[in-house]
Amino acid sequence: MALLEVNNLNVSFRSRRGDVQAVRDLSFSVDTGRITALIGESGSGKSVAVLSLLGLVPTPPGSIDSGSAHFDGRDLLRMRPRELERIRGRDIAFVFQDPMTCLNPFMTIGRQLTEPLRYHQGVDRATARRRGLELLDEVGIRDPEQGFDAYPHQFSGGMRQRVMIAMALINEPRLLIADEPTTALDVTIQAQILELLAELQRKRDIGIVFISHDLAVVSDIADTIVVMREGEALEAGTREEIFQRPAHPYTRSLLAAIPTGSKPPAQQASKQHLLIVDDLVVEFRRNRGQVLRAVDDVSIELRRGTTLGLVGESGSGKSTIARAILRLVPAASGRVIFDGTEVTALGKRDMKEMRRRMQIIFQDPFASLNPRMTVYDTLAEPFLLHGLATRRDVGGKVLKLMEEVGLARGFARKYPHEFSGGQRQRIAIGRALATRPEFIVADEPVSALDVTIQAQILRLLEDLAREYRLTTLFISHDLAVVRQLADEVMVLREGKVVEYGPAGEVLGAPREDYTRDLLAAVPGKAFT
Amino acid sequence: MNSGAPGERADQAEHSSLWFDAWQRLSRNRLALAGLCVLAFFVLVAVLTPWIAPYDYAQQDLDLGPSPPSAAHWLGTDIFGRDLLTQIMYGGRLSLAVGFIATAVALVIGVSWGAIAGYAGGRVDAVMMRLVDILYALPFMIFIVLLMVVFGRNLILLFLAIGAVEWLTMARIMRAQVQGLKEQEFVEAAHSLGLSPAAIVGRHIVPNALGPIIVYTTLTIPNVMLLEAFLSFLGLGVQPPETSWGLLISYGAESMEEYPWLLVFPGLALTLTLFSLNFLGDGLRDALDVRGRAD
Repeated sequence: MALLEVNNLNVSFRSRRGDVQAVRDLSFSVDTGRITALIGESGSGKSVAVLSLLGLVPTPPGSIDSGSAHFDGRDLLRMRPRELERIRGRDIAFVFQDPMTCLNPFMTIGRQLTEPLRYHQGVDRATARRRGLELLDEVGIRDPEQGFDAYPHQFSGGMRQRVMIAMALINEPRLLIADEPTTALDVTIQAQILELLAELQRKRDIGIVFISHDLAVVSDIADTIVVMREGEALEAGTREEIFQRPAHPYTRSLLAAIPTGSKPPAQQASKQHLLIVDDLVVEFRRNRGQVLRAVDDVSIELRRGTTLGLVGESGSGKSTIARAILRLVPAASGRVIFDGTEVTALGKRDMKEMRRRMQIIFQDPFASLNPRMTVYDTLAEPFLLHGLATRRDVGGKVLKLMEEVGLARGFARKYPHEFSGGQRQRIAIGRALATRPEFIVADEPVSALDVTIQAQILRLLEDLAREYRLTTLFISHDLAVVRQLADEVMVLREGKVVEYGPAGEVLGAPREDYTRDLLAAVPGKAFT
Repeated sequence: MNSGAPGERADQAEHSSLWFDAWQRLSRNRLALAGLCVLAFFVLVAVLTPWIAPYDYAQQDLDLGPSPPSAAHWLGTDIFGRDLLTQIMYGGRLSLAVGFIATAVALVIGVSWGAIAGYAGGRVDAVMMRLVDILYALPFMIFIVLLMVVFGRNLILLFLAIGAVEWLTMARIMRAQVQGLKEQEFVEAAHSLGLSPAAIVGRHIVPNALGPIIVYTTLTIPNVMLLEAFLSFLGLGVQPPETSWGLLISYGAESMEEYPWLLVFPGLALTLTLFSLNFLGDGLRDALDVRGRAD
């Protein structure tokens, strides 16, 4: 019998605009020692479904309308809150997405880890410590003794996620629910955490529900995959079935959205260098006079009409390079030469004109738009600022621009919060293209988006880049995306260039170990 | 409270502004509108008082003495037999003027000071905010007394003195807001478009920082009115026979057991004003928050 068996679960939310059905007739099961993955884009109801089983969806406004969820033979949905409390955290444990906010910064790792043992089971201090150390060792913390007495800020994101997993395991649960546990992590760290989960599942024989928006992530570890959209399970099957014989068109579109292939060599790429970066150094002053060298002697030569992919994990300095080129952060030394003009030496007035020619698209479309400006105002601003339109004829230009980036006319008067992530990114792209720039920085422009939206935005960027004959600096931690878009690739680590060359060579036959590690960490190799 | 989606009218006109949309939202908020009407009425009465007041404000009727509300004196009379309604009307002129003008002074100085310090950062910020700290440390009363001694007692100075004290907190709030906002990507985007620092602060930062400022402003106005009462009570503000709500209340409080109406009516005028201000302030804050509050 399955460890957890959910049948015909229906969950709805009451709102002022009527009831919203968040989960519709959902059925799935998890076996001991198996991983079931719930896959869906934001708003697909995957998290709500699982949280509702454990009474973690507030009612009202939520309500569980019907269905059953048998855990170990007993129906979770018909339990009293007190009984459910005893199961939660003990037999069924959670690992959440953001390891940064889940730990109390004022308590040592060890104390947070052993708290449930000490207070709920009355274990004495020495025993709790021993158990804690064993667990830290099991989840791969290198020096458990030292880690036990450390504070969360001394741990990296990946290590914190390991601690979160250890915390989930402390009461020896039989079912682990992991809600996007690797989404906030770098690729190499993600690969390690996935490996750890798979290993725990084998060794401890526990069932895992793995919630993710990314099919590629679960392709290496899931036994069963349930694909959800708008609260409904569209398709469920074994990993092989889903990846090799997807039945539902939506599943196929999800698979198709996983970026594959590489960019064909640019045909009309000119010999002329549009952007030359010479020994760029950027330093940040830290407390106590320490200086952090965020970018260390980086040189770039970018030909007009080509795309350079900047690749690296968080803290590698890739965004800082872009900001230094655009003079959004000052360079400590080195030169940036754009079309024969030294950007780093320009005066105020010339710099304004230079800014018209180089633009940037940011990662987070929720932060990069002024929440109090309508789409119209946001898009009209660059036209008016650079004298590319008058107050009278700016309207037509804004509408044309909206059409180009795929936004309906009627959106002009709306504010950013009324849009989805993908639509917001379209607005941001429109704003960047309004001044008809020659060079554009795309700083992780699709990392915050759902996979199918990601594919649409990438296509839009590609089309626009061709149409406007843009030279692009494309920043991403996702090698698959870079492979698809870039002519040349630069791999960065801790501010230094690891490898720089044509995309085919760097990604196809890497010379450096670090590049190889990055490539090996890309999930979903088996199926793409 | 209602907060409709602004997108409903998307097809009517292409262009709109934050202020236009805010006004539309505000006009749908009944409480805020009521507050606005009450305030407008008070201001109107204050302006017209010299022509519409039923009695002369200094006219005493010692034979009558303190009398409860009657047909001749709607709100009664004080111990000198002066008409209370007239007193409240004249007092309102001063209280409202102090409240609004002193707060406006504080608002203008505080918001610009805080915005500049917060956006410039570094040494400019340090110098500007240390100055604020120093002014904070000065005992308020000594500051006012000094001003009065040096420049003599007059009303304009009273406005300035109160405003000069109240702007300090305003500047701190604004600076904290701006510091948070200038790290946002949309500010970086504006920078990369080529906007000047002044335009960035004016168009992108200040509108997003207004929420807490508006709330604090609506708290400052009543505060200022009470401060004036306190100063007047000490003999540093207005002197009888001129009067203000604060003075009326403090005299009323002395004799509240014998002549309660002397406390109740001026108190009512002040309370009504404060309520209206609060509702209007809340309404404004919600109206300027384009995301709209669910309830």
